[in-house]
Amino acid sequence: MIAALANPQRFMAFSRWAAPALGALAAVTIMTGLLLGFSAPEDYQQGDTVRIMFIHVPAAWTGMFAYACLGGASFFSLVFRHALADAAARACAPLGAAFTGLALVTGSLWGKPMWGAWWVWDARLTSVLVLFLLYIGYMALQAALEDEAKADRASAILALVGLVNLPIIHFSVMWWNTLHQGESVFRKGGSTLAPVYLWPLLIMGVGYLALFGALWLVRTRAEVWRRRARALALKAAG
Amino acid sequence: MALDLDMGKYAVFVWPAYAVTAVVLAAMIADSLARARRWRRQVERREADTDKPR
Repeated sequence: MIAALANPQRFMAFSRWAAPALGALAAVTIMTGLLLGFSAPEDYQQGDTVRIMFIHVPAAWTGMFAYACLGGASFFSLVFRHALADAAARACAPLGAAFTGLALVTGSLWGKPMWGAWWVWDARLTSVLVLFLLYIGYMALQAALEDEAKADRASAILALVGLVNLPIIHFSVMWWNTLHQGESVFRKGGSTLAPVYLWPLLIMGVGYLALFGALWLVRTRAEVWRRRARALALKAAG
Repeated sequence: MALDLDMGKYAVFVWPAYAVTAVVLAAMIADSLARARRWRRQVERREADTDKPR
């Protein structure tokens, strides 16, 4: 599928319907998740703050998923020198940064009432902050280099190096003693969450990922057009 | 299914979390769509220019 979509024309034809389809899926699942989330009972320990989970955890999942996509696109850009991969990588970074930022802010608003602190330098929080800074560094590097081809290559290398942070985030709660809770959804022996919380969480997760997918396609389309407009402008000038 | 929108003493944490999320997601959607529209129009304009006989 990736090979077929590497053709920009085919990508534009595919994304033209895939982006609105994913957007519609996101709207339906997020609405459903919110309705289920706000009709679930209060948690016996966390009270109403448990509802922050339905936006905090999906934001963190999506921030990490987006980085995996950024790494994948950067790999294709470096190995196959494909223009569409460059466009996809450039389109991905601001979205990943936004989702990761949301995970940090909503987590802080959950940490204050439950832990008594807005922020602690624990391994999970710190590694997610590093993820956010990787996105910012990636975008800053691209903005700093005037030659776009050079900027694409340099930032792709940065993105690939940063991939090492993803397993660190995932395993941080096992490798270190953290204040952040351990794995509770995707773990051996099944989830420890009660179904009334697990379902809205999973549905919101699908919604966030679908929203990311839709916006990634839209922004990649924008980037393809931007490059085409630049090429046309150069041709007209020359 | 009854919605529970009374967040009690935690309202000051729950609603800001949802508000920030709503604002960021809305901004992301608006920016992405605006960007796509702007560059598609640029391409269309430039293509129309080059097609014109001189």
